[in-house]
Amino acid sequence: MSIDQSNAAKVAKLARIKVEDDALPALASEFNTILGFIEQLNEVDVEGVEPMVSVEPMRLKRREDVVTDGNQQGKVLANAPDAREGFFAVPKVVE
Amino acid sequence: MSDLNKLGLAEARDALRAGDVTSVELTESCLKAIDDADALNAFVHKAPEIALERAKAADERIKAGDAPSMCGLPIGIKDLFCTKGVPSQAASKILEGFKPEYESTVSQQLADSGAVMLGKLNMDEFAMGSSNETSVYGNAVSPWRRGNDDAQLTPGGSSGGSASAVAADLCLAATGTDTGGSIRQPAAFVGITGIKPTYGRCSRWGIVAFASSLDQAGPMTKNVRDAAIMLETMCGHDPKDSTSTELAVPNFEAMLTGDIKGKKIGIPKEYRMDGMPAEIEKLWAEGAEMLKAAGAEIVDISLPHTKYALPAYYVIAPAEASSNLARYDGVRYGRRAQLAQGDGITEMYEKTRAEGFGHEVQRRVMIGTYVLSAGFYDAYYNRARKVRTLIKKDFEDVFAAGIDAILTPATPSASFGLGEMTEADPVQMYLNDVFTVTVNLAGLPGISVPAGLDQQGLPLGLQLIGRPWEEGDLLNTAYALESAAGFVAKPGKWW
Repeated sequence: MSIDQSNAAKVAKLARIKVEDDALPALASEFNTILGFIEQLNEVDVEGVEPMVSVEPMRLKRREDVVTDGNQQGKVLANAPDAREGFFAVPKVVE
Repeated sequence: MSDLNKLGLAEARDALRAGDVTSVELTESCLKAIDDADALNAFVHKAPEIALERAKAADERIKAGDAPSMCGLPIGIKDLFCTKGVPSQAASKILEGFKPEYESTVSQQLADSGAVMLGKLNMDEFAMGSSNETSVYGNAVSPWRRGNDDAQLTPGGSSGGSASAVAADLCLAATGTDTGGSIRQPAAFVGITGIKPTYGRCSRWGIVAFASSLDQAGPMTKNVRDAAIMLETMCGHDPKDSTSTELAVPNFEAMLTGDIKGKKIGIPKEYRMDGMPAEIEKLWAEGAEMLKAAGAEIVDISLPHTKYALPAYYVIAPAEASSNLARYDGVRYGRRAQLAQGDGITEMYEKTRAEGFGHEVQRRVMIGTYVLSAGFYDAYYNRARKVRTLIKKDFEDVFAAGIDAILTPATPSASFGLGEMTEADPVQMYLNDVFTVTVNLAGLPGISVPAGLDQQGLPLGLQLIGRPWEEGDLLNTAYALESAAGFVAKPGKWW
Protein backbone atom coordinates (compact mmCIF):
# COMPACT_ATOMS: atom_id res chain seq x y z
CA MET A 1 0.00 0.00 0.00
CA SER A 2 1.50 3.30 -0.97
CA ILE A 3 0.37 6.75 0.06
CA ASP A 4 0.36 9.57 -2.47
CA GLN A 5 0.06 13.28 -1.81
CA SER A 6 -3.70 13.32 -1.95
CA ASN A 7 -3.91 10.48 0.60
CA ALA A 8 -1.49 12.38 2.83
CA ALA A 9 -3.64 15.50 2.56
CA LYS A 10 -6.72 13.47 3.44
CA VAL A 11 -5.06 12.00 6.53
CA ALA A 12 -3.91 15.44 7.66
CA LYS A 13 -7.47 16.70 7.24
CA LEU A 14 -8.89 13.79 9.26
CA ALA A 15 -6.32 14.45 12.00
CA ARG A 16 -7.17 18.18 11.95
CA ILE A 17 -3.55 19.16 11.41
CA LYS A 18 -2.84 21.85 8.85
CA VAL A 19 -0.14 20.73 6.43
CA GLU A 20 0.97 23.14 3.71
CA ASP A 21 0.85 21.78 0.16
CA ASP A 22 4.62 21.99 -0.27
CA ALA A 23 5.12 19.74 2.78
CA LEU A 24 2.93 16.95 1.43
CA PRO A 25 5.53 15.08 -0.69
CA ALA A 26 7.90 14.69 2.27
CA LEU A 27 5.01 13.66 4.53
CA ALA A 28 3.80 11.05 2.05
CA SER A 29 7.32 9.68 1.79
CA GLU A 30 7.63 9.38 5.61
CA PHE A 31 4.29 7.61 5.77
CA ASN A 32 5.46 5.15 3.17
CA THR A 33 8.64 4.40 5.10
CA ILE A 34 6.69 3.70 8.27
CA LEU A 35 3.93 1.76 6.53
CA GLY A 36 6.58 -0.28 4.71
CA PHE A 37 7.96 -1.23 8.12
CA ILE A 38 4.48 -2.12 9.36
CA GLU A 39 3.82 -4.31 6.29
CA GLN A 40 5.94 -7.03 7.97
CA LEU A 41 2.85 -7.89 9.98
CA ASN A 42 1.40 -9.47 6.84
CA GLU A 43 3.91 -12.33 7.25
CA VAL A 44 2.20 -13.48 10.46
CA ASP A 45 -0.50 -16.14 10.34
CA VAL A 46 -3.29 -14.60 12.41
CA GLU A 47 -6.01 -17.00 11.31
CA GLY A 48 -8.40 -17.57 14.22
CA VAL A 49 -6.47 -15.27 16.60
CA GLU A 50 -8.53 -12.87 18.71
CA PRO A 51 -7.45 -9.22 18.52
CA MET A 52 -6.29 -8.13 21.98
CA VAL A 53 -8.65 -5.78 23.77
CA SER A 54 -6.98 -5.69 27.16
CA VAL A 55 -3.62 -7.06 28.20
CA GLU A 56 -5.06 -8.46 31.43
CA PRO A 57 -8.44 -10.06 30.99
CA MET A 58 -10.62 -7.68 32.96
CA ARG A 59 -14.13 -6.44 32.99
CA LEU A 60 -14.21 -2.67 33.22
CA LYS A 61 -15.46 -1.68 36.61
CA ARG A 62 -18.78 0.03 37.02
CA ARG A 63 -19.97 2.35 39.71
CA GLU A 64 -23.28 3.68 40.85
CA ASP A 65 -24.69 6.25 38.45
CA VAL A 66 -24.59 9.10 40.93
CA VAL A 67 -22.98 12.52 41.04
CA THR A 68 -19.54 12.26 42.66
CA ASP A 69 -18.23 15.75 42.14
CA GLY A 70 -19.05 18.96 40.36
CA ASN A 71 -19.55 22.66 40.99
CA GLN A 72 -16.03 23.41 39.77
CA GLN A 73 -16.76 25.75 36.90
CA GLY A 74 -13.91 28.06 37.81
CA LYS A 75 -11.37 25.26 37.91
CA VAL A 76 -12.65 23.71 34.69
CA LEU A 77 -12.28 27.01 32.86
CA ALA A 78 -9.04 28.09 34.54
CA ASN A 79 -6.79 26.83 31.73
CA ALA A 80 -8.98 27.76 28.77
CA PRO A 81 -7.31 29.95 26.12
CA ASP A 82 -10.59 31.88 25.85
CA ALA A 83 -13.30 31.62 28.52
CA ARG A 84 -16.18 34.10 28.73
CA GLU A 85 -19.16 34.35 31.03
CA GLY A 86 -18.58 30.88 32.41
CA PHE A 87 -18.19 29.19 29.03
CA PHE A 88 -15.44 28.06 26.66
CA ALA A 89 -15.39 30.52 23.76
CA VAL A 90 -14.76 29.34 20.19
CA PRO A 91 -15.06 30.92 16.74
CA LYS A 92 -18.54 31.00 15.30
CA VAL A 93 -19.69 27.45 14.47
CA VAL A 94 -23.17 27.96 12.98
CA GLU A 95 -23.29 29.70 9.61
CA MET B 1 27.47 15.30 55.71
CA SER B 2 28.44 16.75 52.37
CA ASP B 3 27.12 16.01 48.89
CA LEU B 4 23.76 14.95 50.26
CA ASN B 5 22.33 15.01 46.73
CA LYS B 6 24.54 12.01 45.93
CA LEU B 7 22.69 9.75 48.36
CA GLY B 8 20.21 7.13 47.24
CA LEU B 9 16.72 6.80 48.69
CA ALA B 10 17.50 4.02 51.17
CA GLU B 11 20.66 5.71 52.50
CA ALA B 12 18.92 9.06 52.85
CA ARG B 13 15.90 7.47 54.52
CA ASP B 14 18.12 5.76 57.07
CA ALA B 15 20.07 8.98 57.70
CA LEU B 16 16.80 10.91 58.18
CA ARG B 17 15.51 8.36 60.65
CA ALA B 18 18.78 8.33 62.55
CA GLY B 19 18.56 12.11 62.81
CA ASP B 20 21.89 12.56 61.00
CA VAL B 21 20.35 14.81 58.40
CA THR B 22 17.13 16.74 57.77
CA SER B 23 14.91 16.77 54.73
CA VAL B 24 15.52 20.51 54.40
CA GLU B 25 19.28 19.84 54.17
CA LEU B 26 18.77 17.11 51.59
CA THR B 27 16.42 19.32 49.60
CA GLU B 28 18.71 22.35 49.69
CA SER B 29 21.60 20.20 48.49
CA CYS B 30 19.53 19.00 45.53
CA LEU B 31 18.24 22.48 44.71
CA LYS B 32 21.82 23.73 44.55
CA ALA B 33 22.84 20.83 42.32
CA ILE B 34 19.89 21.60 40.05
CA ASP B 35 20.83 25.26 39.76
CA ASP B 36 24.39 24.26 38.88
CA ALA B 37 23.21 21.89 36.16
CA ASP B 38 21.28 24.04 33.71
CA ALA B 39 23.63 22.72 31.00
CA LEU B 40 21.92 19.32 31.35
CA ASN B 41 18.48 20.86 30.73
CA ALA B 42 16.98 18.12 32.89
CA PHE B 43 14.75 20.18 35.21
CA VAL B 44 12.51 22.32 33.03
CA HIS B 45 10.21 23.69 35.74
CA LYS B 46 11.87 24.18 39.11
CA ALA B 47 9.72 24.29 42.23
CA PRO B 48 12.04 25.33 45.08
CA GLU B 49 9.33 26.96 47.24
CA ILE B 50 7.07 23.92 47.10
CA ALA B 51 10.08 21.68 47.74
CA LEU B 52 11.23 23.52 50.86
CA GLU B 53 7.70 23.73 52.22
CA ARG B 54 7.26 19.97 51.80
CA ALA B 55 10.71 19.31 53.25
CA LYS B 56 9.84 21.24 56.41
CA ALA B 57 6.58 19.31 56.75
CA ALA B 58 8.47 16.05 56.24
CA ASP B 59 10.96 16.94 58.96
CA GLU B 60 8.07 17.50 61.38
CA ARG B 61 6.60 14.16 60.42
CA ILE B 62 9.90 12.33 60.84
CA LYS B 63 10.39 13.93 64.24
CA ALA B 64 6.95 12.70 65.28
CA GLY B 65 8.01 9.15 64.30
CA ASP B 66 6.13 6.73 62.08
CA ALA B 67 7.06 8.40 58.76
CA PRO B 68 6.77 6.25 55.60
CA SER B 69 9.86 5.25 53.62
CA MET B 70 9.70 8.08 51.08
CA CYS B 71 9.15 10.79 53.71
CA GLY B 72 11.52 13.71 53.26
CA LEU B 73 13.22 12.35 50.14
CA PRO B 74 13.66 14.89 47.29
CA ILE B 75 12.68 13.57 43.87
CA GLY B 76 11.98 14.85 40.36
CA ILE B 77 8.70 14.34 38.50
CA LYS B 78 8.50 13.79 34.75
CA ASP B 79 6.64 16.60 32.98
CA LEU B 80 4.01 14.05 31.85
CA PHE B 81 2.50 13.95 35.37
CA CYS B 82 -0.10 16.57 36.21
CA THR B 83 1.04 18.43 39.30
CA LYS B 84 -1.33 20.90 40.88
CA GLY B 85 -0.37 24.51 40.28
CA VAL B 86 2.94 23.54 38.64
CA PRO B 87 3.31 23.65 34.83
CA SER B 88 2.67 20.22 33.29
CA GLN B 89 3.28 20.39 29.57
CA ALA B 90 4.27 16.90 28.45
CA ALA B 91 7.15 18.83 26.82
CA SER B 92 4.71 20.13 24.21
CA LYS B 93 4.06 23.62 22.93
CA ILE B 94 0.35 22.82 22.77
CA LEU B 95 0.21 22.65 26.59
CA GLU B 96 2.10 25.92 27.06
CA GLY B 97 0.87 27.64 30.19
CA PHE B 98 -1.14 24.65 31.44
CA LYS B 99 -1.22 24.49 35.22
CA PRO B 100 -3.39 21.58 36.34
CA GLU B 101 -6.02 22.13 38.99
CA TYR B 102 -5.39 18.59 40.21
CA GLU B 103 -2.60 16.15 41.00
CA SER B 104 -1.95 12.79 39.31
CA THR B 105 -2.63 9.80 41.56
CA VAL B 106 0.99 8.62 41.45
CA SER B 107 2.48 12.00 42.34
CA GLN B 108 -0.24 12.42 45.00
CA GLN B 109 0.72 9.09 46.57
CA LEU B 110 4.35 10.18 46.59
CA ALA B 111 3.40 13.53 48.14
CA ASP B 112 1.18 11.82 50.73
CA SER B 113 4.13 9.64 51.73
CA GLY B 114 6.12 12.81 52.37
CA ALA B 115 8.32 12.75 49.25
CA VAL B 116 9.56 16.21 48.24
CA MET B 117 8.97 17.29 44.62
CA LEU B 118 11.86 19.41 43.35
CA GLY B 119 10.34 20.22 39.96
CA LYS B 120 9.42 18.83 36.57
CA LEU B 121 11.72 16.90 34.28
CA ASN B 122 12.39 17.10 30.57
CA MET B 123 11.15 14.40 28.21
CA ASP B 124 10.25 13.75 24.60
CA GLU B 125 7.05 15.53 23.54
CA PHE B 126 4.07 13.45 24.72
CA ALA B 127 6.64 10.71 25.51
CA MET B 128 7.14 10.10 21.79
CA GLY B 129 10.84 9.66 21.20
CA SER B 130 13.94 7.79 22.24
CA SER B 131 16.48 10.59 22.54
CA ASN B 132 14.68 13.49 24.24
CA GLU B 133 15.14 15.51 21.03
CA THR B 134 11.42 16.03 20.38
CA SER B 135 10.99 18.18 23.52
CA VAL B 136 9.71 21.76 23.21
CA TYR B 137 12.24 22.67 25.91
CA GLY B 138 15.15 21.48 23.78
CA ASN B 139 16.85 18.18 24.51
CA ALA B 140 18.09 17.07 27.91
CA VAL B 141 21.78 16.13 27.90
CA SER B 142 23.38 13.04 29.38
CA PRO B 143 25.97 13.67 32.11
CA TRP B 144 28.07 10.95 30.44
CA ARG B 145 30.67 11.64 27.74
CA ARG B 146 32.79 9.44 25.48
CA GLY B 147 36.10 9.73 27.28
CA ASN B 148 37.51 13.20 26.67
CA ASP B 149 35.27 13.87 23.67
CA ASP B 150 32.99 16.78 24.56
CA ALA B 151 30.24 15.81 22.10
CA GLN B 152 26.89 15.91 23.87
CA LEU B 153 25.13 12.57 24.23
CA THR B 154 21.46 11.73 24.60
CA PRO B 155 20.19 10.57 27.97
CA GLY B 156 17.68 8.48 26.01
CA GLY B 157 13.97 8.92 25.93
CA SER B 158 11.32 9.53 26.52
CA SER B 159 12.18 9.91 30.22
CA GLY B 160 15.49 11.61 29.34
CA GLY B 161 15.30 14.40 31.90
CA SER B 162 14.58 11.87 34.65
CA ALA B 163 17.57 9.78 33.58
CA SER B 164 19.93 12.73 33.33
CA ALA B 165 18.82 14.18 36.68
CA VAL B 166 19.22 10.92 38.61
CA ALA B 167 22.56 10.04 37.00
CA ALA B 168 23.91 13.54 37.69
CA ASP B 169 22.69 13.45 41.32
CA LEU B 170 20.31 16.40 40.91
CA CYS B 171 17.71 14.41 42.83
CA LEU B 172 17.66 11.15 44.75
CA ALA B 173 15.26 9.51 42.28
CA ALA B 174 12.64 10.43 39.69
CA THR B 175 9.39 9.24 38.21
CA GLY B 176 9.29 8.02 34.64
CA THR B 177 6.70 6.55 32.32
CA ASP B 178 7.16 3.73 29.86
CA THR B 179 5.03 3.05 26.78
CA GLY B 180 7.62 1.20 24.66
CA GLY B 181 10.80 1.45 26.71
CA SER B 182 10.78 5.05 27.95
CA ILE B 183 11.96 4.16 31.47
CA ARG B 184 14.28 1.25 30.67
CA GLN B 185 16.15 2.65 27.64
CA PRO B 186 17.13 5.98 29.29
CA ALA B 187 18.00 4.18 32.53
CA ALA B 188 20.36 1.92 30.56
CA PHE B 189 21.89 4.89 28.70
CA VAL B 190 22.90 6.68 31.91
CA GLY B 191 23.75 3.76 34.21
CA ILE B 192 20.77 3.82 36.58
CA THR B 193 17.94 1.42 37.47
CA GLY B 194 14.46 1.77 35.97
CA ILE B 195 11.45 -0.49 36.37
CA LYS B 196 8.19 -0.57 34.44
CA PRO B 197 5.69 -2.50 36.54
CA THR B 198 2.91 -4.78 35.27
CA TYR B 199 0.20 -2.90 33.35
CA GLY B 200 -2.38 -1.93 35.97
CA ARG B 201 0.00 -1.63 38.94
CA CYS B 202 0.24 2.17 38.83
CA SER B 203 -2.75 4.39 38.26
CA ARG B 204 -2.64 6.31 35.00
CA TRP B 205 -4.99 8.98 36.31
CA GLY B 206 -3.53 12.45 35.85
CA ILE B 207 -0.68 11.24 33.64
CA VAL B 208 -0.95 12.75 30.17
CA ALA B 209 -2.06 9.81 28.01
CA PHE B 210 0.03 8.60 25.04
CA ALA B 211 -1.11 5.00 24.36
CA SER B 212 -3.48 3.98 27.12
CA SER B 213 -3.14 0.20 26.75
CA LEU B 214 0.66 0.43 27.03
CA ASP B 215 1.45 3.38 29.35
CA GLN B 216 2.78 2.65 32.85
CA ALA B 217 4.58 4.81 35.38
CA GLY B 218 7.59 3.60 37.32
CA PRO B 219 10.60 4.77 39.34
CA MET B 220 14.08 5.66 38.02
CA THR B 221 16.60 5.27 40.80
CA LYS B 222 20.26 4.88 41.72
CA ASN B 223 19.92 1.20 42.63
CA VAL B 224 17.50 -1.73 42.86
CA ARG B 225 16.67 -1.25 46.55
CA ASP B 226 15.62 2.33 45.85
CA ALA B 227 13.45 1.11 42.97
CA ALA B 228 11.69 -1.30 45.35
CA ILE B 229 11.07 1.45 47.90
CA MET B 230 9.73 3.99 45.43
CA LEU B 231 7.69 1.53 43.36
CA GLU B 232 5.78 0.44 46.45
CA THR B 233 4.70 4.05 47.07
CA MET B 234 3.70 4.58 43.42
CA CYS B 235 1.58 1.40 43.09
CA GLY B 236 -1.93 0.67 44.26
CA HIS B 237 -5.55 0.52 43.20
CA ASP B 238 -7.18 3.75 42.12
CA PRO B 239 -10.92 3.92 41.43
CA LYS B 240 -10.21 6.80 39.02
CA ASP B 241 -8.34 4.46 36.63
CA SER B 242 -10.62 1.63 35.55
CA THR B 243 -7.62 -0.46 34.43
CA SER B 244 -5.82 -0.20 37.76
CA THR B 245 -5.77 -3.51 39.60
CA GLU B 246 -7.17 -4.21 43.04
CA LEU B 247 -4.27 -6.48 44.03
CA ALA B 248 -2.52 -5.72 47.31
CA VAL B 249 0.91 -4.09 46.96
CA PRO B 250 3.60 -6.14 48.70
CA ASN B 251 6.56 -4.75 50.64
CA PHE B 252 8.96 -5.02 47.69
CA GLU B 253 12.02 -4.02 49.70
CA ALA B 254 11.47 -6.90 52.14
CA MET B 255 11.62 -9.29 49.17
CA LEU B 256 15.23 -8.33 48.32
CA THR B 257 17.03 -11.34 49.76
CA GLY B 258 19.45 -11.80 46.87
CA ASP B 259 18.66 -15.50 46.96
CA ILE B 260 17.80 -16.71 43.45
CA LYS B 261 18.81 -20.36 43.88
CA GLY B 262 16.79 -22.62 41.62
CA LYS B 263 15.21 -19.75 39.67
CA LYS B 264 14.89 -20.45 35.96
CA ILE B 265 16.17 -17.59 33.81
CA GLY B 266 15.25 -17.69 30.13
CA ILE B 267 17.56 -16.46 27.36
CA PRO B 268 15.43 -15.76 24.26
CA LYS B 269 17.25 -16.63 21.04
CA GLU B 270 15.22 -14.09 19.04
CA TYR B 271 16.87 -11.22 20.93
CA ARG B 272 20.19 -12.09 19.32
CA MET B 273 19.91 -9.53 16.54
CA ASP B 274 21.91 -9.19 13.35
CA GLY B 275 24.42 -6.40 13.69
CA MET B 276 24.24 -6.29 17.48
CA PRO B 277 27.48 -4.84 18.88
CA ALA B 278 29.79 -7.55 20.21
CA GLU B 279 30.04 -5.68 23.51
CA ILE B 280 26.32 -6.02 24.09
CA GLU B 281 26.39 -9.71 23.25
CA LYS B 282 29.30 -10.18 25.65
CA LEU B 283 27.57 -8.27 28.45
CA TRP B 284 24.46 -10.37 27.97
CA ALA B 285 26.47 -13.60 28.24
CA GLU B 286 28.25 -12.28 31.33
CA GLY B 287 24.91 -11.39 32.90
CA ALA B 288 23.70 -14.95 32.37
CA GLU B 289 26.92 -16.27 33.93
CA MET B 290 26.43 -14.01 36.96
CA LEU B 291 22.90 -15.27 37.54
CA LYS B 292 24.09 -18.84 37.10
CA ALA B 293 26.88 -18.29 39.62
CA ALA B 294 24.22 -17.00 42.04
CA GLY B 295 22.42 -20.33 41.75
CA ALA B 296 19.92 -19.74 38.95
CA GLU B 297 19.40 -22.15 36.10
CA ILE B 298 19.91 -20.66 32.64
CA VAL B 299 17.50 -21.96 30.00
CA ASP B 300 17.44 -21.22 26.27
CA ILE B 301 13.95 -20.18 25.26
CA SER B 302 12.12 -18.99 22.16
CA LEU B 303 9.73 -16.05 21.81
CA PRO B 304 8.92 -16.60 18.14
CA HIS B 305 6.94 -13.42 17.43
CA THR B 306 9.56 -11.00 18.79
CA LYS B 307 10.37 -9.68 15.33
CA TYR B 308 6.83 -8.42 14.91
CA ALA B 309 6.63 -6.51 18.19
CA LEU B 310 8.02 -3.24 16.87
CA PRO B 311 5.80 -3.08 13.76
CA ALA B 312 2.75 -4.03 15.89
CA TYR B 313 3.70 -1.33 18.39
CA TYR B 314 3.97 1.28 15.63
CA VAL B 315 0.37 0.55 14.68
CA ILE B 316 -1.15 0.28 18.14
CA ALA B 317 0.66 3.15 19.87
CA PRO B 318 -0.01 5.76 17.14
CA ALA B 319 -3.64 4.57 16.87
CA GLU B 320 -4.19 5.12 20.57
CA ALA B 321 -2.23 8.37 20.46
CA SER B 322 -4.33 9.77 17.62
CA SER B 323 -7.40 9.16 19.76
CA ASN B 324 -5.88 10.44 23.02
CA LEU B 325 -4.40 13.56 21.46
CA ALA B 326 -7.69 14.53 19.84
CA ARG B 327 -8.39 16.41 23.08
CA TYR B 328 -5.80 19.08 22.22
CA ASP B 329 -8.10 21.33 20.26
CA GLY B 330 -7.26 24.78 21.57
CA VAL B 331 -10.53 25.03 23.48
CA ARG B 332 -10.21 23.66 27.00
CA TYR B 333 -6.55 24.08 27.93
CA GLY B 334 -3.18 24.95 26.54
CA ARG B 335 -2.39 27.08 23.56
CA ARG B 336 -4.65 28.24 20.73
CA ALA B 337 -3.18 29.46 17.45
CA GLN B 338 -3.66 33.04 16.36
CA LEU B 339 -6.56 33.02 13.92
CA ALA B 340 -7.04 35.04 10.74
CA GLN B 341 -10.11 37.09 9.97
CA GLY B 342 -12.93 34.74 8.98
CA ASP B 343 -11.32 31.55 10.34
CA GLY B 344 -13.91 29.12 11.67
CA ILE B 345 -13.63 26.34 14.18
CA THR B 346 -12.03 23.87 11.74
CA GLU B 347 -9.24 26.34 10.93
CA MET B 348 -8.80 26.86 14.67
CA TYR B 349 -8.31 23.13 15.24
CA GLU B 350 -6.01 22.70 12.27
CA LYS B 351 -3.80 25.71 12.97
CA THR B 352 -3.66 25.04 16.72
CA ARG B 353 -2.57 21.43 16.21
CA ALA B 354 -0.11 22.29 13.41
CA GLU B 355 1.59 24.93 15.57
CA GLY B 356 1.28 23.14 18.89
CA PHE B 357 2.44 19.63 18.00
CA GLY B 358 6.03 18.96 17.00
CA HIS B 359 7.01 16.99 13.94
CA GLU B 360 7.22 13.51 15.50
CA VAL B 361 3.92 13.92 17.34
CA GLN B 362 2.17 15.08 14.16
CA ARG B 363 3.62 12.12 12.29
CA ARG B 364 2.39 9.63 14.87
CA VAL B 365 -1.06 11.20 15.16
CA MET B 366 -1.43 11.03 11.39
CA ILE B 367 -0.16 7.43 11.15
CA GLY B 368 -2.66 6.54 13.87
CA THR B 369 -5.41 8.33 12.02
CA TYR B 370 -4.52 6.43 8.87
CA VAL B 371 -4.46 2.94 10.43
CA LEU B 372 -7.82 3.59 12.08
CA SER B 373 -9.47 5.08 9.00
CA ALA B 374 -12.26 3.37 7.10
CA GLY B 375 -10.90 0.65 4.83
CA PHE B 376 -7.61 0.22 6.71
CA TYR B 377 -8.81 -0.59 10.22
CA ASP B 378 -8.82 -4.35 9.66
CA ALA B 379 -5.67 -4.48 7.56
CA TYR B 380 -3.57 -2.54 10.06
CA TYR B 381 -5.13 -2.03 13.47
CA ASN B 382 -6.95 -5.34 13.90
CA ARG B 383 -4.03 -7.28 12.47
CA ALA B 384 -1.65 -5.57 14.90
CA ARG B 385 -3.94 -6.41 17.81
CA LYS B 386 -3.97 -10.06 16.73
CA VAL B 387 -0.18 -10.09 16.54
CA ARG B 388 -0.16 -8.56 20.02
CA THR B 389 -2.19 -11.55 21.26
CA LEU B 390 0.47 -13.85 19.79
CA ILE B 391 3.33 -11.87 21.36
CA LYS B 392 1.67 -12.13 24.76
CA LYS B 393 1.12 -15.87 24.22
CA ASP B 394 4.86 -16.33 23.54
CA PHE B 395 5.53 -15.07 27.07
CA GLU B 396 2.67 -17.06 28.61
CA ASP B 397 4.08 -20.23 27.07
CA VAL B 398 7.57 -19.78 28.53
CA PHE B 399 6.22 -18.79 31.94
CA ALA B 400 3.94 -21.85 31.87
CA ALA B 401 7.04 -23.94 31.17
CA GLY B 402 8.49 -22.75 34.48
CA ILE B 403 10.60 -19.74 33.49
CA ASP B 404 10.77 -17.19 36.34
CA ALA B 405 12.41 -14.30 34.51
CA ILE B 406 13.91 -13.51 31.11
CA LEU B 407 17.31 -11.85 30.62
CA THR B 408 17.93 -9.63 27.57
CA PRO B 409 20.02 -6.60 26.67
CA ALA B 410 18.19 -3.37 27.55
CA THR B 411 19.14 -1.52 24.35
CA PRO B 412 20.79 -2.39 21.02
CA SER B 413 23.56 0.18 21.60
CA ALA B 414 25.04 2.54 24.16
CA SER B 415 23.91 6.18 24.21
CA PHE B 416 24.46 8.04 20.94
CA GLY B 417 25.28 11.65 20.18
CA LEU B 418 22.56 14.28 20.10
CA GLY B 419 21.80 15.07 16.47
CA GLU B 420 23.43 11.88 15.18
CA MET B 421 20.07 10.36 14.27
CA THR B 422 18.61 13.48 12.67
CA GLU B 423 19.28 12.29 9.14
CA ALA B 424 18.09 8.74 9.80
CA ASP B 425 14.56 7.75 8.85
CA PRO B 426 12.10 7.47 11.76
CA VAL B 427 12.25 3.67 11.75
CA GLN B 428 15.97 3.77 12.70
CA MET B 429 15.08 5.69 15.86
CA TYR B 430 12.23 3.28 16.60
CA LEU B 431 14.75 0.38 16.67
CA ASN B 432 16.01 1.69 20.04
CA ASP B 433 12.98 0.04 21.61
CA VAL B 434 13.46 -3.36 19.99
CA PHE B 435 14.20 -5.17 23.29
CA THR B 436 11.77 -3.26 25.49
CA VAL B 437 8.60 -2.87 23.45
CA THR B 438 7.56 -6.56 23.69
CA VAL B 439 7.19 -6.08 27.44
CA ASN B 440 4.64 -3.26 27.03
CA LEU B 441 2.68 -5.20 24.44
CA ALA B 442 2.45 -8.15 26.85
CA GLY B 443 1.79 -5.91 29.88
CA LEU B 444 4.68 -7.47 31.83
CA PRO B 445 7.04 -5.96 34.41
CA GLY B 446 10.54 -5.18 33.11
CA ILE B 447 13.59 -3.70 34.80
CA SER B 448 16.81 -2.27 33.42
CA VAL B 449 19.92 -2.73 35.56
CA PRO B 450 23.28 -1.11 34.77
CA ALA B 451 25.77 -3.90 34.14
CA GLY B 452 28.92 -2.51 32.54
CA LEU B 453 30.69 0.09 30.43
CA ASP B 454 31.48 -0.09 26.72
CA GLN B 455 34.87 0.71 25.20
CA GLN B 456 33.98 4.39 25.04
CA GLY B 457 33.27 4.36 28.77
CA LEU B 458 29.49 4.56 28.38
CA PRO B 459 27.03 2.55 30.50
CA LEU B 460 25.22 -0.52 29.18
CA GLY B 461 22.21 -2.11 30.82
CA LEU B 462 20.61 -5.53 30.99
CA GLN B 463 16.88 -6.07 31.12
CA LEU B 464 15.03 -8.62 33.22
CA ILE B 465 11.41 -9.40 32.35
CA GLY B 466 9.17 -10.93 35.01
CA ARG B 467 5.85 -12.70 35.36
CA PRO B 468 2.80 -10.47 35.65
CA TRP B 469 2.29 -9.01 39.15
CA GLU B 470 5.55 -10.53 40.40
CA GLU B 471 7.57 -7.33 40.62
CA GLY B 472 8.89 -8.42 44.02
CA ASP B 473 10.46 -11.56 42.60
CA LEU B 474 11.74 -9.61 39.58
CA LEU B 475 13.31 -6.95 41.80
CA ASN B 476 15.01 -9.69 43.81
CA THR B 477 16.52 -11.22 40.66
CA ALA B 478 17.61 -7.73 39.60
CA TYR B 479 19.14 -7.25 43.05
CA ALA B 480 21.18 -10.43 42.61
CA LEU B 481 22.32 -9.26 39.17
CA GLU B 482 23.20 -5.81 40.51
CA SER B 483 25.23 -7.29 43.36
CA ALA B 484 27.16 -9.54 40.96
CA ALA B 485 27.71 -6.84 38.31
CA GLY B 486 28.96 -4.35 40.90
CA PHE B 487 28.38 -1.34 38.63
CA VAL B 488 29.64 1.76 40.46
CA ALA B 489 30.82 4.05 37.63
CA LYS B 490 29.63 7.67 37.72
CA PRO B 491 29.98 10.38 35.07
CA GLY B 492 32.71 12.94 35.72
CA LYS B 493 31.24 16.39 36.40
CA TRP B 494 31.72 18.74 33.42
CA TRP B 495 28.55 20.80 33.66
